[in-house]
Amino acid sequence: MCCADLATASTDAQPIRGPGFARDLSPFVIRLGDDLNRVELAVEGIRCAACMGIIERGLPALPGVTKARLNYSDRRLAVEWNGDLTVERIVDALDRLGYKAHPFDPKRADDEETKESKRLIRALAVAGFASMNIMLMAVSVWAGNGSDITPETRDFFHWMQAVIALPAAAYAGRPFYESAIRGLRAGRVNMDFPITLGVVLTMIMSVVETMNSATHAYFDGAVMLLFFLLIGRVLDQTMRRKTRTLAENLSALRSETAAKIFEDGIVRDAPLSAIAPGDRVLVRPGERIAVDGVVEEGSSELDQSLVTGETMLAAVTAGERVYAGALNATGALTVRVTAAASGTLLDEVESLMNRALEAKSAALVLADKATRLYVPFVHAAAALTLLGWLVAGAGFHFAILAAVAVLIITCPCALGLAIPAVQVVAAGALFRQGVLLNTGDALERLAEVDTVVFDKTGTLTLPEPSLVGIYDSAVLERAARLALSSRHPMAGALAAAVGERQPYAQARETAGLGVSAVVDGCEIRLGSPRFCGAEVQARAALERHPEASVICFREGGAAPSVFLVRQALRDDAVETVEAMRRGGYRLTVLSGDRAAAVAGATDALGIAEWAAELTPKDKIARIEALKKGGRRVLMVGDGINDAPALAAADVSLSPVTAAHVSQAAADGLFMGRRLAPVIAALGIGRKARRLMVQNLAFSALYNVAAIPLAAAGFLTPLIAALAMSGSSVVVTLNALRARNGMRAVAARPRRTAGTARTGRALQTKTA
Amino acid sequence: MDVLVFMIPIALFLGTSGLVAFLWALRSGQYDDMDGAEYRMLMDD
Repeated sequence: MCCADLATASTDAQPIRGPGFARDLSPFVIRLGDDLNRVELAVEGIRCAACMGIIERGLPALPGVTKARLNYSDRRLAVEWNGDLTVERIVDALDRLGYKAHPFDPKRADDEETKESKRLIRALAVAGFASMNIMLMAVSVWAGNGSDITPETRDFFHWMQAVIALPAAAYAGRPFYESAIRGLRAGRVNMDFPITLGVVLTMIMSVVETMNSATHAYFDGAVMLLFFLLIGRVLDQTMRRKTRTLAENLSALRSETAAKIFEDGIVRDAPLSAIAPGDRVLVRPGERIAVDGVVEEGSSELDQSLVTGETMLAAVTAGERVYAGALNATGALTVRVTAAASGTLLDEVESLMNRALEAKSAALVLADKATRLYVPFVHAAAALTLLGWLVAGAGFHFAILAAVAVLIITCPCALGLAIPAVQVVAAGALFRQGVLLNTGDALERLAEVDTVVFDKTGTLTLPEPSLVGIYDSAVLERAARLALSSRHPMAGALAAAVGERQPYAQARETAGLGVSAVVDGCEIRLGSPRFCGAEVQARAALERHPEASVICFREGGAAPSVFLVRQALRDDAVETVEAMRRGGYRLTVLSGDRAAAVAGATDALGIAEWAAELTPKDKIARIEALKKGGRRVLMVGDGINDAPALAAADVSLSPVTAAHVSQAAADGLFMGRRLAPVIAALGIGRKARRLMVQNLAFSALYNVAAIPLAAAGFLTPLIAALAMSGSSVVVTLNALRARNGMRAVAARPRRTAGTARTGRALQTKTA
Repeated sequence: MDVLVFMIPIALFLGTSGLVAFLWALRSGQYDDMDGAEYRMLMDD
């Protein structure tokens, strides 16, 4: 069976869904033991808790399934079974229950990050337990010293504290010790170094004091320090992991499979990880090309808008290169997969992107800036205290005590806690607005933005084309019904515009031309102007609307109709852009598409600054120029051609429909059909940065006040630890205060979106 | 004083058992699905 036949034959029965090839999902299965298998799936369509029951009760009906458990927090399903059940059958069963599922790469499911986060939580539990018990006894000693504690009781309490504190600090402090050592090996003194030094010194000193039956021991200070710092680390880790989990679900659901042609000519869907360079894959009309390669057989037209931003279909024939992300419109293609040989578009994109990312990583974020100033300052202050007291003739014991008090009181708890706490609260607010952050520090960079650069195709416009203009409804309905039998993206737009669900029986698709059917003895055709004999009408329509594409429809001998299809702007694009302009942002559109198409969109949005037909290099150059001019640039884009620009900009956002490389390059992803999340991200970023600065200012103020007291020897390490904890609490509360503020900021664009929807409804009515 | 020698280790033992219970719960995955747990108790099976 040749490829074109395959494409035609399959349209008869299943108009919208892809043809049901056997899929090879076996690489996703984890073997747990003899005859026990396990697979993890990302599940889409879970809206409420009842779905848990439906899935968990529905799946065991399959033979051999022993366990099906859905994690409602991260929308993942674990299934275990005995016997020879296949993943395909599980996916099909879920499909029948009404959920779309895609298996996860087992390597990805149990990653380093999950282990690290569990380790941090264990450390936090140990530190919390230890600090509470130690504090209990420390406060007793403290109160007892003021009244009538006997030296024996005090020693006993000190030894008990040592018994708890030494193992607890050894265990809970490991994340800090290891990081400090890693830093030292790399020749850097990082934030964890003063922490490690402070904890170790305090421990040694306290043990010595206890052995000498001294009045004070300072185990409490050291362990509480670890406890507060760990809270910050855990918050930080939790935020990043949650975002990554959801982003991974999305990418798993965007079926990462390709129809592989095996040696014996059989075609099967295989996961991308099982496809190697040199393999041949079949790309049917209406499918996205999942790999880079060279066309071996067949010819077609490709919608490369995700690759280059160009919305016009491009013709490809045997011997030409095709790139992952392009949508195959008309004919079936056999593609030989290539290794990323040098000189390809994707290669160029990747090298440009890496260069841009390196440049960005040189920029210091707020916490780094603070660390860089802070660490030498802390060490200098402690060393000066020690030297000062020794020179002044105080005893070695007293000098060390004062120096350690300085180390403890300056320990960067507020720094370590305040910024992650604000990040977690802000990321939660952003998530409710449909924005997922890839990096925590993106918030600070969002706050500084004063220029927004948009890509057009798929960013300002919706990723799929839609029908524009006014047509006779009866004709439109029949055309849309016929369109259901075609997988061409323009036919899809036609079908979606009417919402027609019943295709004509016996519709036949002719690859590269269109689709036809016989209805009541009269032949009807939908497709290219040539196929419908509508060249004249099509040319006239295109002259009036140069930015649109046409699809024609003819019934028997009647005059043909011409439908205009265009990539429509996102529902709320006009309002969101207007709101940004009012907010004082400079707006620019940089597109890879034709000038006429870009002009159409920018006119509608009222954006004066735009450039069209740009290569990825041009986009970078323009963004660099803006940055040189002192501008802080937010890049919003989705195409493969946007990936380097996304990396080059100060901060970047992508819609979740974006190409993989772009998703990876962007600092954040936004979901849904609206553009409003972009403005919400900007607002929340500003608010978050203000809170971070407030928190840093508070910690600085606290240090300025406390260090002289500690250096003067007025503060024992215990009081220093209490003061330090107090400052951490204040800073955390300040971050939590942001919750209400964030909601207010986030609510504003939502109101704009509401007017957007009514605005669009009016437009449709007048049309 | 004498009573402290017994009471504090006992208190610590009780506290430690709480800590161990938490670590066990963490390891056995009881904190993996914080959102689902609240609905699971309502499902009758």
